[in-house]
Amino acid sequence: MSTVLEIENLRVRFRVQSPLVALLKRNEDPYIDAVRQVSFKIEEGQTFTLVGESGSGKSTLALAVAGILPVADGSIKFNGDDVTKMNSQDLMDYRKQVSMMWQNPVGSLSPRMSVGGLITEAYKIHGLKDRDREVEASRLLKMVGLPKHFSERYPHQLSGGQARRVGVARALALSPKLIIADEPTAGLDVSVQGEILNLLNKLQDDLGVSMFVITHNLNIVRHISDRTAIMYLGRFAEQGPTDDIFANPRHPYTLALLSANPEPDPETINKDRIELKGEVPSLMNRPRGCEFHTRCPYVQENCKEQKPAKKQSSDNHSYNCHYPLAGS
Amino acid sequence: MKDVIRRVAADPLGLMGLCLVTLMVVSAVLAALIAPYDPIALNIMDRLQGPSWSHFLGTDQLGRDLFSRVLYGGQVALKVALVSTGVSLVIGTVLGMIAGFGPRWFDNVIMLFFDTIRSFPTVMFALATVALVGPSLSTVIIVIIVTQIPTYGRVVRTQTLTIKSSEFIKAEIVMGASTFRILTVHILPNVVGPLLILASMDIPTVIALEAGLSFLGMGVKPPTPSWGSILNDGYTLIRITPWPIIAGSIPLVLVTLGFTFLGESLRDQLDPKLRKSL
Amino acid sequence: MSALPTTENVLTIRDLSIEYTTDRGVLKAIRNVNLDIPKGSIVGVIGESGCGKSTLISSIIRLLAPNANVPNGSIEFEKQDLLKLSEDDMRKIRGARLSIVFQDPMSSLNPVLSIGRQMTDIQYRDKKTMSQKRQRSIDMLASVGIPDPESRLKQYPHEFSGGMQQRISIAMALQAEPSLLIADEPTTALDATLEVQIINLLKELQSKMNCSILFISHHLGVIAELCEHVVVMYAGEVVEQGTTKDVFRNPTHPYTAKLLECDPARIAQKTRLLPTIPGEIPDLVSLPPGCVYKNRCDKAMEICDSKTPSWTDFKDGHFVSCHLVEAT
Repeated sequence: MSTVLEIENLRVRFRVQSPLVALLKRNEDPYIDAVRQVSFKIEEGQTFTLVGESGSGKSTLALAVAGILPVADGSIKFNGDDVTKMNSQDLMDYRKQVSMMWQNPVGSLSPRMSVGGLITEAYKIHGLKDRDREVEASRLLKMVGLPKHFSERYPHQLSGGQARRVGVARALALSPKLIIADEPTAGLDVSVQGEILNLLNKLQDDLGVSMFVITHNLNIVRHISDRTAIMYLGRFAEQGPTDDIFANPRHPYTLALLSANPEPDPETINKDRIELKGEVPSLMNRPRGCEFHTRCPYVQENCKEQKPAKKQSSDNHSYNCHYPLAGS
Repeated sequence: MKDVIRRVAADPLGLMGLCLVTLMVVSAVLAALIAPYDPIALNIMDRLQGPSWSHFLGTDQLGRDLFSRVLYGGQVALKVALVSTGVSLVIGTVLGMIAGFGPRWFDNVIMLFFDTIRSFPTVMFALATVALVGPSLSTVIIVIIVTQIPTYGRVVRTQTLTIKSSEFIKAEIVMGASTFRILTVHILPNVVGPLLILASMDIPTVIALEAGLSFLGMGVKPPTPSWGSILNDGYTLIRITPWPIIAGSIPLVLVTLGFTFLGESLRDQLDPKLRKSL
Repeated sequence: MSALPTTENVLTIRDLSIEYTTDRGVLKAIRNVNLDIPKGSIVGVIGESGCGKSTLISSIIRLLAPNANVPNGSIEFEKQDLLKLSEDDMRKIRGARLSIVFQDPMSSLNPVLSIGRQMTDIQYRDKKTMSQKRQRSIDMLASVGIPDPESRLKQYPHEFSGGMQQRISIAMALQAEPSLLIADEPTTALDATLEVQIINLLKELQSKMNCSILFISHHLGVIAELCEHVVVMYAGEVVEQGTTKDVFRNPTHPYTAKLLECDPARIAQKTRLLPTIPGEIPDLVSLPPGCVYKNRCDKAMEICDSKTPSWTDFKDGHFVSCHLVEAT
């Protein structure tokens, strides 16, 4: 199995003060790191899920992989070529092979284009004139389970679920190797969430496409993901095979996230529920030592001063914690 | 588009606006067919007559038929309105889109340009231009174009800035769409709606501006009839006969009302539907 | 028929129907809804898009759209029918006896006024001095867990994080000690760890103040954990109602059963094919006769096509609207 995407030590920064203000305030580093020291791999035909809450940097990471954010440090290698160093020609090639599904299903569709036009727009953009757009539109709609006549509809006429499917169809247009899915179930009712997830799974089985899923909904992760990473303040707190993460979480934040999910069963009282105190610290004031220490229920003295080193258990399961939870 | 026109026609205000505007356009275009007299033909014998069956609006101090002059004057108004609005729309839209979408420094330069133009009182600007170039219809048109560019440019820039941060634009960038494609296919159509409304509300202003400049003697040269020059003549004659002033005012009032009604109706039809559908 | 004698209820809705006049026709948003909220209890409403929960809330607080029409029903709150009250009397109740927290905290917070100003403003009914009002505001902020409240009174809503904003909204809603708090998806926009905090906060405040809470959410786990009673709504009707234990353990209406099945949190085994409810809710303007769920029900019978099922108490306070129950 080959590696489709390899991220190494990635750092994405945003400027928070203009040069003049920074000069006046003597701020030598007027940047915040939205993504810091992130490394992971996505194999062919696999789904890698990134779990994180607001402010974790997951959307920034997704946009960086999509190639629309400048990268301060590190590399994004796609089939061996570093995306961050590509010229515009190679970047266009990259865009043919990596596509994205967006969080806002209707808002990510240009309002004045028909569904048919939207899903086949990639052919126009990349100058593939030999494709018959009508034929392709029908094919793509069929793949996502929408009837042919949807080709003439406009985004505002679609329900959330239908718009999501159109997003999938659009992402499939050029038969990409990797699809980035940003919150694929956001805004969908529970009774239809399964539809989109089943669709993604089926497409992966049929086409062998790799997926990079970003979500804060832990409940769906188990059913679609091969490997999972938990993100906090721009770093990976833990990453590993999904089953392992759910069965043997090592980082306290992972455990807190897992326990934060109330079970839809009134008989089960979650005694192990961990309530994290406080809120996510601001990226402008990163805590010293282990960045999670301000909220960690198991915090010890040295957590406040020393950064934890990356530890690894078997099977490619790594985590950054001085006192990882005992595995079973 | 057809749908919008139908809805505007269904609204009584819009219908009235459409009728008035159509009346003005048709009468100006067909002036040569409708006008009973040559607008510059002198007939001193019949000067300063009031309205009658032979002269619907009377005659001016040189015996020229006011009705015919008003009709031909409509041609001037139409030319000014269409050309200046058209050209300033195009230039303003292009500059506005580039300012909104392009790099920050470029935006600052264009905004500086816009603000500089806007800081000049229009009439002073016109005076200066006339002093340089001499009075004529072209002078008026150029002055109006230059002063209107920032109006459209600012609206387009704001709209572009808003749309630029939408998720669908990000989606286009990730797909590899060129900046040109994004601007023309995805931003422009979404910007056009408010522009149309603004333009139709601006046309009466533009016509009045031409009339005003001609009234001050900075516009069309005699004997070419323009509503403004008719008003100018009438102004000097007001103690003798009110009809030239009335003749010059009527078309201005009707056209202003017409375009204003039309513009408001367009806005009412486009906005709530936009809200409902988007 | 009701579960408890209505004198024990703080809110009793009987046979409520609400219609909207649209240019496509009359939209029957809510039909013959019954709802009981006992004193000092937390009642959950489960519903997906189109179930009518927004209309239900708007009707309780009497802020329906101008094209709404109430053909039948009553909403009894503290011995008064809210539908029959004058606007003046209604205004006396809103904010004082009855208050509401929304999904988006920024919809209850004015962005241009400081928090302190907003919290003292809503005390306009009380004949207290400004410093007394200020103290009350500080106490309320402390009770919802805002650290160092006194210094934060002069801050503006945007200076607080999403979780904090929601706490402030809750503080404002509970300030007048209402008998009923309506919470409209208050945690849907928050991350799981914040959701846990807010749920615990609501539990704590509810037991301290002994107010009732009407908690609307589509997050089944939260409802199971927080609510004693639950009401299931579908396409404008209440299809099942009872204690949370009963309804979650023995879901009787096919929709409830299917909904619980679909919740990925309940699916312990990893699966590539998640269950869904195929189909869509019917058009509420041209409702077909019979049961509203019949086109998606896997247990539909012939009678479901022609006759609307009636509201049946089939087991000690567990109500359901389904022909399957009537048959037995």
